[in-house]
Amino acid sequence: MALQSLDIIRRSATTLPEPQVRTGTGDVTVAKLIDTTKCIGCKACQVACMEWNDLRDEIGTNVGAYQNPHDLTPSSWTLMRFAEVENTQGDLEWLIRKDGCMHCADPGCLKACPAPGAIVQYANGIVDFHEENCIGCGYCIAGCPFDVPRVSKKDHKAYKCTLCSDRVAVGLEPACIKSCPTGALVFGTKEDMKLHAAERVEDLKSRGFENAGLYDPPGVGGTHVMYVLHHADQPHLYSDLPDEPHISHTVRLWKGVTKPLALAAMAFTAVAGFFHYIRVGPNETDEGDEARAAQETAKTRSVAEKRP
Amino acid sequence: MSDSTHITDASGQSTGETGHGSPWRRDTLLRYTASDRTNHWMTAIAFVLAALSGLAMFHPALFGLSGLFGGGPWTRILHPFIGLFMVGAFAFLAVRFWHHNLMQPADWKWLRQYRDVITNREDRLPEVGRYNAGQKLLYWAIVVCLAVLLLTGIVIWRAYFSFYFSIRVVRLAAVLHSFCAFALITSIIVHIYAAIWVKGSVHAMTRGTVTPGWAWKHHRAWFREMIHAANSRSRSD
Repeated sequence: MALQSLDIIRRSATTLPEPQVRTGTGDVTVAKLIDTTKCIGCKACQVACMEWNDLRDEIGTNVGAYQNPHDLTPSSWTLMRFAEVENTQGDLEWLIRKDGCMHCADPGCLKACPAPGAIVQYANGIVDFHEENCIGCGYCIAGCPFDVPRVSKKDHKAYKCTLCSDRVAVGLEPACIKSCPTGALVFGTKEDMKLHAAERVEDLKSRGFENAGLYDPPGVGGTHVMYVLHHADQPHLYSDLPDEPHISHTVRLWKGVTKPLALAAMAFTAVAGFFHYIRVGPNETDEGDEARAAQETAKTRSVAEKRP
Repeated sequence: MSDSTHITDASGQSTGETGHGSPWRRDTLLRYTASDRTNHWMTAIAFVLAALSGLAMFHPALFGLSGLFGGGPWTRILHPFIGLFMVGAFAFLAVRFWHHNLMQPADWKWLRQYRDVITNREDRLPEVGRYNAGQKLLYWAIVVCLAVLLLTGIVIWRAYFSFYFSIRVVRLAAVLHSFCAFALITSIIVHIYAAIWVKGSVHAMTRGTVTPGWAWKHHRAWFREMIHAANSRSRSD
């Protein structure tokens, strides 16, 4: 949402750089660390998100699973995803992952968005949607490597987690962080979160989770929402968290260098036409052509009339 | 239909059905009927609107074009409906003209002599029927582009259809949609320029008629067909 006092470093559908003078703050970025190994699936974060952001999703149907709602929606910006996984020893592991926007350093949504300023990236790393500029095309959905944005059927605007940019701007931590009873959610500078994660990973390894690790995927330039995973070698176990997320090559082709090239080619075609006219000139029909046409018409008629 | 071409002779006496004493039909060949023209211009207007609204969403530098449609969201709302209208209008045009646009062996020769084409040396080119090879290729380019634009446009139409398709398919559709739009716009720029370049073409599509000299010069085989048809009509009268 647009009520913000944070410096914007990137803006969707804009070809010129954003104001850059106040770059001092750009060095410190924030991050939310989600420790899946401490999460008990209580959904307090979902409730806190609803409450702070004034979101009330429609009451869904119970299909006998803990996951509720079934998916992210325009009114549910975060969601506990519950995965039941059988490990190699044949034991059940209940892998619970708080899903939502990852706040990529290289955001696919922002790259895909055609509306100037509908998606912005702040100097602190948060990627935010400014719905008043959103045209509702849904390109952000195609651009996102994590399948996060949702377009509302009510107002045809795209919504997702803001990382509580309104709270962070005034020095508060995101609502979900406040609510977490186990300390699975922590918030701070990205550097601090990495240090904290390193301690957690070390601890997990000492407890037998030898593949424990931090999920901060380099394919999207790192993220400002990171996970501590017991099985960092297999992120897909956590309800299809992408193993190696990156902006799709199709999206890069669509939104990358081909766009200015195509524009230039169209302009070139028009200019080429203009100069063809200037150099070669129009293709005109003259008196001689009319005379030859009349001659041929007369000849054809006389031949036709002579026929019995 | 376009086949119902009529000719009046130099004395102004009608040899077809459309004499009516209209000065515009004297010494002229009817190339496009009122229905042909209406159909063409309906398609053309829809194309211009679809192109402008599409370009607004294609490149940030052109986003200002969305102002012509009442802003970004209105551009997003209107663009697919304009596109559907264009496809519908062109479908009729395609049916009207398809049998004139089948490539013949002489057409490939015409294309190989593109240097003579662009230097106005039509006298060196093979005789052309109702349409030359460039016009035929344009016809098929529009057919292919509009077909792909329609299909991919449905896939990326977020309000009604996108949620039926996987994100991967939507991405692919978006790229193909952009590419075909680019190909179509570029082709139409060439089409518009050709109309400005070859004098008499705009009159053909606005008033319907061309002079015999125009037909003789640019579409000689068609010209001969027309005068033979006119003669056989007048003989059977």
